[in-house]
Amino acid sequence: MLVDLLLENKKAIIKHWTDLTIDTYPPEGGSFMRKQKDPFANPVGAAITNGAEAIFDWVMSGSKDYSPDVVRRLDDIVRIRAVQQFSASDALGFIFLLKKCLRESIPEKMMNDQHLVGELLRLESRVDSLALTSFDIYMKCREKLFEMRAMEIRNRTSRILERACMKYGAPHDW
Amino acid sequence: MDLHDLPKPKDLMDIDLNKPPETGWMNNPSVFKDGTYSYPAAGKNLKILGMPNPRQWAPTDEDWKLPENWQEIILKGMKERLEKYRSFRLFMDICVRCGACADKCHFFIGSGDPKNMPVLRAELIRSVYRNDFTLLGKMLGRFGGGRELTIDVLKEWFYYFFQCTECRRCSVFCPYGIDTAEVTMIGRELLNLVGLNINWVIEPVANCYRFGNHLGIPPHGLIDMWEFMADDVEDITGIKVNLPVNKKGAEILFVTPSGDYFADPGTYTCMGYMMLFHELGLDYTWSTYASEGGNFGLFTSHEMIKRLNAKIYAEAKRLGVKWILGGECGHMWRVVHQYMETMNGPADFLEEPVSPITGTKFENAKQTKMVHITEFTSDLIKNGKLKLDPSRNDKIIATYHDSCNPARAAGLLEEPRYVIKNVVNNFYEMPENTIREQTFCCGGGAGLGNDENIEMRMRGAFPRASALNHVVAKHDVNRLLCMCAIDRATLTALTHYWAPDVTVGGIHELVANALVMTGEKERTLDLRGEPLGDEEEDE
Repeated sequence: MLVDLLLENKKAIIKHWTDLTIDTYPPEGGSFMRKQKDPFANPVGAAITNGAEAIFDWVMSGSKDYSPDVVRRLDDIVRIRAVQQFSASDALGFIFLLKKCLRESIPEKMMNDQHLVGELLRLESRVDSLALTSFDIYMKCREKLFEMRAMEIRNRTSRILERACMKYGAPHDW
Repeated sequence: MDLHDLPKPKDLMDIDLNKPPETGWMNNPSVFKDGTYSYPAAGKNLKILGMPNPRQWAPTDEDWKLPENWQEIILKGMKERLEKYRSFRLFMDICVRCGACADKCHFFIGSGDPKNMPVLRAELIRSVYRNDFTLLGKMLGRFGGGRELTIDVLKEWFYYFFQCTECRRCSVFCPYGIDTAEVTMIGRELLNLVGLNINWVIEPVANCYRFGNHLGIPPHGLIDMWEFMADDVEDITGIKVNLPVNKKGAEILFVTPSGDYFADPGTYTCMGYMMLFHELGLDYTWSTYASEGGNFGLFTSHEMIKRLNAKIYAEAKRLGVKWILGGECGHMWRVVHQYMETMNGPADFLEEPVSPITGTKFENAKQTKMVHITEFTSDLIKNGKLKLDPSRNDKIIATYHDSCNPARAAGLLEEPRYVIKNVVNNFYEMPENTIREQTFCCGGGAGLGNDENIEMRMRGAFPRASALNHVVAKHDVNRLLCMCAIDRATLTALTHYWAPDVTVGGIHELVANALVMTGEKERTLDLRGEPLGDEEEDE
């Protein structure tokens, strides 16, 4: 079974995936994210590391539904990358890097085994579905940013407007 | 399934996420991505202040419409400041690039951008210092870490000096005591010389300069707002609070940030002050002239700090008060604590502050004559002068964000905690390396809390949010308390994005909720107009 083989290499695959994801940051930032183990001193590194394991486990699990944990972990990473210096594709590209890690952990000679390749495709589809979910999360984050901009402009003077509306008899409920 | 057409693994594996350039930091020009920079100052505001080069421009323009001799202006400005401020020359000279500060900045932690490392941010200006002001730099040039001041360097300064919130977390870790916030302050002063500034700083400065407060509200507008709040207090408590304004001969002048007059949730803190002072029968006054504690001059130049701060002593003198009490503000306390007395003092017309209720002498404020509200309130509580019912805050599970300036610049660590613990039953601290002296910035201080800069703010806010989410998960925390008007605005955005179940508020909002007032009606609502307990909520 391919899953068994991959699970045997779980630690190496997760490390590889984490490394590739962290490589999307400038080298100095990446080196810090790898080294600092305190999650409060290095929350980005912690989100990536913890998220990678939970997401990998879900891909391997075969479970049809998302567990709340996997969605939360995915959200943790995407929410961060949605406000960093990435284009949308770069922000979400880290999901597809998991495919690269899975493939590279399979000895090349085994890739001639049709059954195994079929299994790999099935796993990769699971990664694809995660990518779509990530896209939803990403869009929600971006929409929230714009909503926040509007909210801030409104809140800044909310009391003045409320007062003015009351004074001149205009409706003042938002 | 026909697998022959599938690309070989190798073909598919070559995923390139546009790796960042691997050229040295000196050669990477800044990219002004929307959401990561602030809009420039409007020309009209610079004109009001008599500041150089008022014009219309945008950071994304190729041509920033600088004066022709901009290099000369900046280098001359640098020379003047190196001579005038010994600290600046020292900070330029003594950094050994040990890296202790490198990973302490919330913007670096949240972005991974090396130019947000405090050491490298300072190096942006230090490289020019080496090139033009040191013999070694003049001889060795780039080899010795020197760099010519080009237009790309100037643009980089603008980008990164307006990506520092001057929170001073990095300086806590510097073995030499280098205060990178001061480097940023000088960096901004130099940028101002050629008309490079942001509107979110300069407009409040221009408003303050003419009206005394950030939004430019004239005296009658302020009185109207305060009365409006007093009406809300009356609805909730049944008590019409005393509201003295510009009262000559009052014992105490009260100064607080104007952000709390107009924007929720700051308004609730402001209502809290009114209730507390009324209950104490304090002989105090609000002022329509010293109507702003905040001082965005701190984010502009030393000269501007002095210009805007002057109104506080001037008003204290005009009204003939004995001493000054200050509200929950952040950077106002850095100005009060570190600059006010030397810039605009001596305040020899004032008396050493003594609490009229407890008789406590605030010896720490002997020089400035200005006392922080949490010092004042914690003293009241310690002496048993307030009747408090903390159970009125029982639906609140609170944590406390040490606002950078009161914590790091003024050392106010225990007083706010003492007050909080006496007015709320459920209080939990965030992890140790994210509070007190090591507190993480909200990501929006020093004039960066504007909406166009929202992406950068969220990056900077993430370390604080991550610590907050820890106590949310562990203790169901639902209120983030803070002691700064900028915090109350920017943390609201932080929680909206990173921790949506948490609300933000000031300390005196909770004090006033818990305060049992003489002659009050039965309290069913908190200051937000929401039911006090969960039970009422269910009904």
